Amino acid sequence: MHVRTGRFRLYAAVAQSAFRRYATYRIATAAGVFTNTVFGLILAYTYIALWDERPGLGGYDQAQAVTYVWLGQALLTVMALMGGGFEAELIERIRTGDIAVDLYRPADLQAWWLATDAGRGLFQLLGRGVAPMAVGALVFDLALPTEPLRWLAFAVAVALGVLVSFAIRFLVALSAFWLMDGAGVTQVAMLAGTFFSGMLLPLNVFPGVLGEIARALPWSALLQLPADVFLGTVGGADLLGTYAFQLGWAVALFAAGRLLQAVATRRVVVQGG
Amino acid sequence: MAETAGPENLIVLDGVEKVFDVRKKTGFLRRERRQVRAVDGISFTVPRGEMVGYIGPNGAGKSTTIKMLTGILTPSGGRLRVAGIDPSRERTRLARRIGVVFGQRTTLWWDLPLIDSYRLMHRMYRIPDARFRENLDRCVELLELGALLDVPVRQLSLGQRMRGDIAAALLHDPEVLYLDEPTIGLDVVSKAKVRGFLRDLNAESGTTVLLTTHDLTDIEQLCRRVMVIDHGRLMYDGALAGLHEVGESERTLVVDLERELPPIDAGSARVVRVEGPRQWLAFPAAESAAPLVARIAAEYPLADLSVREPDIEAVIAKMYAEKTNS
Amino acid sequence: MAETSRASEPSRLREGLRAYLLISAMWIRSLMAYRVSFAMTAFGNFAVTAFDFAAILLMFSQVDRLGGYSLSEIAFLYGVSCTAFGFADLAMGSMDRLGRRVRDGTLDTLLVRPAPVIAQVAADRFGLHRIGRLTQGSLVLVYALVAADVDWTPLKAAMVPLMLLCGAAIFAALFVAGGAFQFLAQDAAEVQNAFTYGGTTLLQYPPTVFAKDLVRGVTFILPLAFVNWLPALYVLGRPYPLDLPEWVAFTPPAVAAACLGLAGLVWRSGLRSYRSTGS
Repeated sequence: MHVRTGRFRLYAAVAQSAFRRYATYRIATAAGVFTNTVFGLILAYTYIALWDERPGLGGYDQAQAVTYVWLGQALLTVMALMGGGFEAELIERIRTGDIAVDLYRPADLQAWWLATDAGRGLFQLLGRGVAPMAVGALVFDLALPTEPLRWLAFAVAVALGVLVSFAIRFLVALSAFWLMDGAGVTQVAMLAGTFFSGMLLPLNVFPGVLGEIARALPWSALLQLPADVFLGTVGGADLLGTYAFQLGWAVALFAAGRLLQAVATRRVVVQGG
Repeated sequence: MAETAGPENLIVLDGVEKVFDVRKKTGFLRRERRQVRAVDGISFTVPRGEMVGYIGPNGAGKSTTIKMLTGILTPSGGRLRVAGIDPSRERTRLARRIGVVFGQRTTLWWDLPLIDSYRLMHRMYRIPDARFRENLDRCVELLELGALLDVPVRQLSLGQRMRGDIAAALLHDPEVLYLDEPTIGLDVVSKAKVRGFLRDLNAESGTTVLLTTHDLTDIEQLCRRVMVIDHGRLMYDGALAGLHEVGESERTLVVDLERELPPIDAGSARVVRVEGPRQWLAFPAAESAAPLVARIAAEYPLADLSVREPDIEAVIAKMYAEKTNS
Repeated sequence: MAETSRASEPSRLREGLRAYLLISAMWIRSLMAYRVSFAMTAFGNFAVTAFDFAAILLMFSQVDRLGGYSLSEIAFLYGVSCTAFGFADLAMGSMDRLGRRVRDGTLDTLLVRPAPVIAQVAADRFGLHRIGRLTQGSLVLVYALVAADVDWTPLKAAMVPLMLLCGAAIFAALFVAGGAFQFLAQDAAEVQNAFTYGGTTLLQYPPTVFAKDLVRGVTFILPLAFVNWLPALYVLGRPYPLDLPEWVAFTPPAVAAACLGLAGLVWRSGLRSYRSTGS
């Protein structure tokens, strides 16, 4: 029991220091907020044009569609859809062999990096998510939840999304044990993340089978599902289904990560680091 | 280079100043503007062919001076000429006549064989073919680069890379070579190689060299003249040996007695350490050791003795401390 | 190469171009040390850009017109914007690394070379992989030229290369100005992205999609509208936004020249401030 709380305290400290590390880049954060806002504006107008043409497309009204755009901008860095999370650092440590040191640490590799990524995600949510959303709310009519419970439900969906996002990127990073150059896999993961998360267009606007496939893949847990919770298109029993979907992918991907980590560890130990 | 041969102060500084506006955070969103005089009225000249050491603690204004001499920074006041050129006004023209080595920043192409970086210098500086080949051959020979030319720079050791960087700075026959910490991080053997090369370069080609360093051995082995800067001001400019007098430094006499004895009483010298039969006595560097030795030999059972020169680092540290206090 | 006895200094432009070519050639050779990596990043660059068009195709899987424009018309706007930007990005995209160079002090190593700093910064880490974006843009442009319903005249045909050239120049000016901004704020490379990448994204859609004020802004303040909107609407025979007269379609060369001139001034003052502060 004592050991457990100690561990928890360790990871909390790791997360906290990651949060602080990102918080030191104030100008970069402000610049990022500016860019997110500009892209949000551009995309919002294109969505308005689309929903003018097809009101109710994908089950969203226009206000919901525009809100979706700003959610995308807010969660873009939180979910590290275009990279920028811990994975580059981990890949570098694997490439240089520093990873051997990490593996002999008393902390668990996966949990350690999850803690840093959680700290980063929380900072990005507050530092880069809130401001563009506020600008969006000033310029457009947004469909913001009025009941506090829905905000809470959204927060849970975002947290689960971060777990899935982390688990995917952890797998991507571990591939560096075998490929030595993580650039290719990182790139593919980034492309998949952009396309299948709903960053380009809500997944419920994707036509036919493509839409069905996209909605079944783990990336939908990163943006589409939190957005649906936020916009209120899922609620009640559906909400539990959404959480179950996110949690299911998170568990499966975490397990895969553990497996890969075990194989990789054996490899490092055999090779002597 | 006939057009530059002339009366021969290659580098001239006259009351050169550099003032920075520094904004310091004093609270949330509140900033205080403050002026920092990084270089505060420095004057000196360096004749052609001299090798000068330029030393001082971090933040003393060393690199600011070098940056003004290379045209990177514009002085806030005073007059500055290098080879007759005002560096800040004619930076690119000056660039063809100076060579710069930044100890901690390589200018070599990381992923390409060393020779490729040299070929770029050849074309960028428009070095005539014959001249380039001659200079390259000489550098390769003296800096022992022969086996490294086809190796990608990223695979070179720090010392090899430094030698590579020095060669890159010399291919266009610069009249002045600025070296910013050329031996930083190098092992003993590499340091010796770099120093040997610089000595030969200065002696044979007459290239003027200005070097900043933290390693005072560089200065001791290379420079007859040293300039010490602190708080943006020139505190000393002269022969290395003269530093001892200015710094009121002390030499140490190490005395081995035949048996353990209480501390020796020997006039102006004072015992600073006792270890069994061995005792250390400090005395002013400017004084002769002979009378002291004679007196000890007459009064004590002397087995052996040796004189240690003052540690120049300690001398300079003492100098800084005194200036700061006064 | 009898340089030592040159009577006059060659023009700064020629010197700059020469240094640019020399340095970018070095970076291309460096890239070729990692061929697989290069192929992958070039493909990634292509794919990421293609996603923008994929989004448009997905939209058109649900509608026939967007802002009153057909798919082939939007493809024309997209193709011009993306190709013009592709050229500028390929040539000047490295300007966003300036802040890093200022921060770590390596900009100084460029300042002691006998070549214009702007040429050296623009060629820094010359990213040949950006050819992916250029390729993707040109493919869409070719598709649009074939598919779009245009009454081609010699003048309209001449407008296409003109748009690409002037558009690339306008974007290049943005890259230069963005680089100069990093002399002041070294961590603000992303602000530049908002204007460059944001700009090309904006221009992929017709002006009818956007609010009047936004269109006014990118016409009169930040003249992005001259990259493709105004000249392309002439080619497509579409009414202008903001009731502008038809002749504005032919002003891109003048606008591009003015942008480049202005960017040059901004760059100069940025470099001057760096050289007086050292940071």
